[in-house]
Order: sequence, then structure tokens, then C-alpha cells
Amino acid sequence: MSLQPETFKSLVKVAAERVIASAPELTSLDQAIGDGDHGTNMKRGFEAVLGKLDLISAQPLDEALKMIGKTLVMTVGGASGPLYGSFFLAAGEALSHDRHLPEDLADVFGSGVNAVSARGRSQAGEKTMLDVLVPVLETLKTAAGQPDLIARVRTIAAEAVERTAPMQATKGRASFLGARSVGHVDPGARSSCVLVQAVCASLEGKQ
Amino acid sequence: MSETVGIVIVSHSKDIAKGTADMVRQMVGSEVKVAFCGGNPDGGLGTSVSLIIDAINDAWSAKGVAILVDLGGAETNSEMAVEMLEPARRDLVVVCNAPIVEGAVMAATEAAGGSSLAQVRAVAEELSAD
Repeated sequence: MSLQPETFKSLVKVAAERVIASAPELTSLDQAIGDGDHGTNMKRGFEAVLGKLDLISAQPLDEALKMIGKTLVMTVGGASGPLYGSFFLAAGEALSHDRHLPEDLADVFGSGVNAVSARGRSQAGEKTMLDVLVPVLETLKTAAGQPDLIARVRTIAAEAVERTAPMQATKGRASFLGARSVGHVDPGARSSCVLVQAVCASLEGKQ
Repeated sequence: MSETVGIVIVSHSKDIAKGTADMVRQMVGSEVKVAFCGGNPDGGLGTSVSLIIDAINDAWSAKGVAILVDLGGAETNSEMAVEMLEPARRDLVVVCNAPIVEGAVMAATEAAGGSSLAQVRAVAEELSAD
């Protein structure tokens, strides 16, 4: 699964389109336990990414990831902007420091996850996007090089979203609901799953 | 006139940001530089990193800038905005852990007396102390 420029371009396109298509679902999840803007915010951010797709995909991979991150930071308009933005900025930064795909995938992804954790001052288990990103990272580490890696990542991401339902939120707007946040899937976990699965689908199509 | 710490007000709502700035002005007039912003990049409820960066630069003072925010995204976007400033300015901007209206009025009043950034922040953050 070496990443050719055309593969990267179509991967970003698929991911952005899937996030945009999932906006109504993300909004509805966020209306249940938050302020209801996650779908429109993510849609605005990824529409901006699509608008710059030619420019982004013309960059070396590290710069391209940083450009995606900066675009999300500047356009999303909610906490998810800096959170997703920091993921891509840190992943791009890791690639600028002598890391290469696919062999360093877990390392690069881990840099992104650490940046999200630092930006949100949050850990897995608090009903956030980290509850998808951390299990995905673990799978990237434990199943590295396995032929079924992509399938396993796909499955773990979907399962991880569902596991946020019984959690009580302690971070973000959902924490204001206290125990009433229990029983709802976290919208940030869902958007992380949409992104991860879009990347998986795109890579599976290109293999 | 010696320079005073600048105040930036960041709310999800432009109306709240402006109203808070009006209350600050009533207290300190033009002795303290005050800038505010509210709304996402499309103008709806939310916050915008680029508007926050503009507000910090508008309220800029050699003594630094204290930012008062309302809810989560305003804080996260403000922290991001601070990191995106030119390096020489980054260390002179703080995001206060304080209620936005009371914090802004208290911070500005303290700033008007010529206090340091650390003192201005401490006065605002006393409001959040248990």
C-alpha cells in the first residue's frame, strides 16, 4: 500500500465527501448531547479541503497533511477544527522528520492522536473522538504488516464508536449533561470513524 | 500614558462578545485596548481562529493580551490562535479560565491600573476559584 500522489488525492477526496455526506447524521448525534453544530462544522471544513484539493495533492505528503490541518483549523469554527487540525498538523510534522509510509504508519498516526489528546486535554474513555482514534492506533501497532490490517481497522473503528454510547462524557459540551450523556453515541467518535473508514475504503479500492 | 495589557473577548455569539466589550468600555473607557469577536467563519454561532488572531493583533500591547472566552470551542480555538501567532507574541498572550463577562470587566479594570499580564490573569481567574 505505498501511497502514490494520485492515490492520496482520491483518498482525501473520498474522505472529505464521506464526511460531508455524513453531516446530517453528525448533526443529529450532536443535537442529542451537544450544541448540534458538529455536522455543519465538519462539512464546512471538508468542503474547504475539497476546494483546495489540487493544491493540497500537489504538495509532498508531509506538507499536504499540514495544509489539510491548517484548512480545518481555519474553517471548521468549533472545537473539532483545532482537534482534527492538530491531528493532521502533527501527522504532517512527524512525516517531516524522517518517517515514511507505510512502514511508520502507526508512529505517524500516533503523533496525530497525541496532538488531539494534548489539544483537548483528554484521554480515551471520556466519550470523545479519542475513543475511536486510540483503538485504531492500537490496531495499527498490533496488526502492522498483517494482510488483514485494513479490515481490522475498519471493524475496530465501528465497534469503538458503539462503545462510546454507555460512556458518560467528562469533556466538551456533552459533559454538561452529566449522566444524561449516557446512551448516545459520541458525534466526534462517529466523525473519526467516518474518516478512518473512508481511508480504509479508498485504500482497499486501490490495492 | 504607559501601555496597559490588552483584552480580547471571544464568544460563540458576536452579540455577547460585543455586549461584553460595551460593559468593559463603560468601566475603563479607552484606557485599555479591547477587541472582540464571535461567530464561526460563516457568521453562525461558533468561533473562528482567523477572527481571534485579528482581535489579538487589534488589542496588541507590549505588556501582552488576556483573552476571555465563553465555552469549549472558544477556548480551543483561542489556544490554537495563540499558537499561530508570530513566535515573539505567543508567550505574551494568555487564555483566562474565568467567566467571560465578569472576567473581562475585572481583567480590564486591573489592566487599566497598569498591572502585569500575570496580575490581570490572576484577578480574572480568582472568579473561577473554589
